[in-house]
Amino acid sequence: MSTTANQSTFEHPTYNYGVVRQFAIMTVIWGIFGMGMGVLIATQLLFPEFNLDLPWTHFGRLRPLHTNAVIFAFGGCALFATSYYIVQRTCQTRLAFEPLVKFTFWGWQAVIVSAAITLPLGLTTSHEYAEMEWPIDILITLVWVAYAVVFIGTISQRKTKHIYVANWFFVAFILTVAVLHIVNSAQIPVTLWKSYYVYAGAADAMVQWWYGHNAVGFFLTAGFLGIMYYFVPKQAERPIFSYRLSVVHFWALISIYIWAGAHHLHYSALPEWAQNVGMVMSVILLAPSWGGMINGMMTLSGAWHKLRTDPILRFLVVSLSFYGMSTFEGPMMAIKSVNALSHNTDWTIGHVHSGALGWVAMVSIGALYHLIPRVYGRKEMFSISAINLHFWLATIGTVVYIVAMWINGIGQGLMWKAVDVDGTLKFSFIDSLIYSKFGYGMRIIGGAIFLSGMFVMLYNVIRTIKVAKAEYASTTQTQAA
Amino acid sequence: MAEANVLSEFWHWWTVIISVGLILSFLYLLHFAKNIKGSDSPDRKMHHTFDGIEEYDNPMPKWWLWLFYGTIFWGLGYLAVYPMGYWPGLSGMSNLSRLEGDQQNHQEKYGPIFEKFAAVPVEELSKDEDATKIGRRLFLNNCAVCHGQDARGSYGFPNLTDNDWLYGGSGDAIKTTILSGRKGMMPAWGESLGEDGVTDVSNYVLTLSNREEADQESAERGKKLFATTCAACHGPDGKGVQALGAPNLADNTWLYGGTLQRIKHTIRNGRNGVMPAHKDLLGEQKVHILSAYIYSLSNN
Repeated sequence: MSTTANQSTFEHPTYNYGVVRQFAIMTVIWGIFGMGMGVLIATQLLFPEFNLDLPWTHFGRLRPLHTNAVIFAFGGCALFATSYYIVQRTCQTRLAFEPLVKFTFWGWQAVIVSAAITLPLGLTTSHEYAEMEWPIDILITLVWVAYAVVFIGTISQRKTKHIYVANWFFVAFILTVAVLHIVNSAQIPVTLWKSYYVYAGAADAMVQWWYGHNAVGFFLTAGFLGIMYYFVPKQAERPIFSYRLSVVHFWALISIYIWAGAHHLHYSALPEWAQNVGMVMSVILLAPSWGGMINGMMTLSGAWHKLRTDPILRFLVVSLSFYGMSTFEGPMMAIKSVNALSHNTDWTIGHVHSGALGWVAMVSIGALYHLIPRVYGRKEMFSISAINLHFWLATIGTVVYIVAMWINGIGQGLMWKAVDVDGTLKFSFIDSLIYSKFGYGMRIIGGAIFLSGMFVMLYNVIRTIKVAKAEYASTTQTQAA
Repeated sequence: MAEANVLSEFWHWWTVIISVGLILSFLYLLHFAKNIKGSDSPDRKMHHTFDGIEEYDNPMPKWWLWLFYGTIFWGLGYLAVYPMGYWPGLSGMSNLSRLEGDQQNHQEKYGPIFEKFAAVPVEELSKDEDATKIGRRLFLNNCAVCHGQDARGSYGFPNLTDNDWLYGGSGDAIKTTILSGRKGMMPAWGESLGEDGVTDVSNYVLTLSNREEADQESAERGKKLFATTCAACHGPDGKGVQALGAPNLADNTWLYGGTLQRIKHTIRNGRNGVMPAHKDLLGEQKVHILSAYIYSLSNN
């Protein structure tokens, strides 16, 4: 029995599940890689020996590898897997343009692998979350255009009359990320691995944070709301709470997120009015963000009892809670006087991770536990108790991580602002570092707990696939006999 | 207010119309939501399903709507009160005006403390524990990043505790260094001396501090080159000239390392040491106290 034959019989009669399986497996693998990098660099901050005294393993080079791996490798593969799954099932049609679909998978893996090689080599453009040099940027553009063509092409061939809300969010995410990537990557190449941005000074900073904040807003929020809008009602077996709310919060969210980036540049060389507009837009963003949380949470009303037995639903509900929490925290931190305390402290790192671990990773993991058995022709994962174990590891790991960074961040902010009786700064930077040691240790522990959950997931996924394959082999043998 | 006034009239109205227009459009969006054709069936379900997913058409929660309206009106109010485009804002307050206000408060509240210390000469002030405590805090926040927490310096940054001074160790000299900064410029001699010349001079420099590893023959040749090339700044005996900031080469203090290799590198490629000026950053009175602390490190 060849593997290819095996794979093809797993195909749904109409849907293209092959690419969903590929992206789903790579989500788990890149998740372990990206989060493993995170634990390593967190360890380097407390124990500098782990920099190994080598340029390639230094914190400064591995930190961008960590962020790119979790956002674009783990998060990106999760978005590809779920969006390809959802668009086929909610439009009742197979993915359009088969060769382009294949290209999106292999092209995206090539992007990730080249980033994993070039970033440790020190080849970087220095724009945060967009450090890859220009040849990789071009490949990203090609893959992304192919993704847009496949996704919008599939929607246009739909057999349903309307377009489901999850797909609105995916289309908004795909189109906006294309615009963000192209504008933010405007560079003049000098050599194969060196380029200069066409922007300079405060304008460069503004473009960078317009991009950077919308990487959060469209890649990590709009895209993952698309995931939420399918898997929450599906797993809870309940109707979406309010169609009307979906329409309003969708248009409000996508039109206002694009304005918020300037809050990263408070009290900087950016003109003050631009800081003010960024702050105001960030605060108005609170209600549109919460619209998604309300729609998800209220969808569960009448199905709360399922939380007792269904760890997948728990993943989804807890992810919505973290989403609601970090979309409240974000607008608050964007207020100038709060930002004066939080800026440049570990509080920011904590905020990012309550979004990245609590929301993005948890909703993806929940979605994958629902999706993986179905694309392998199984009813459920190999072990439900392993999902439950993973749920607790992920939740505890996230909470420990965030609390550590809150303690560190608020303490750092207060120490940096404290003055003595004579008006001189009371503490030196080193004092605040010594204070932060405990939180750094706690962060390593929280991150390691979360990472260990990913290994539980990998085991569960491998066993699920093995059972599916064995079952398939025995049925075909019976048929042959 | 001046710094807000950087936009031309066109760009001012462009940004105002787009950003305020977007905020106002949310009011329209919330109003428009009433007209969305929703469900007319008694169970409030929409007439479509997607892969088995149904949708209710429940009204949006009231508290959520109030939150949305509240932030919209608060946002419009904020942009009226604070700078937007070249509009200075009804309050007239800006980042700059608040900074100036804070600085003025600081001066009024703490100024007298520093004025009192400013009247005492640096040497005398260095024995006043109240002053050196302030000086130490200033040092840790402004100087330690280069000179180290313990002020013992590091590669390229002088040790401030050893009573070995490039520009003089009197109270006034220290204060001048901090106020105006210093530029330690050792020119690169690699091209004019040639590689052999660099080696010869380096060996001679080693002999100045009686180092045994010096190649005597080479040092002998280097001695002549030293007299014509280096003595102008470092003095004929190599003991340095503080007026020029030229280091003493006859002792065992080496800012950039004292091995033959390091000395050759210094002579061949030159060095550029920069101590930044702190007059505008800290003000003269704080520098005065800081000087007393630095002075106390090597004199008490």
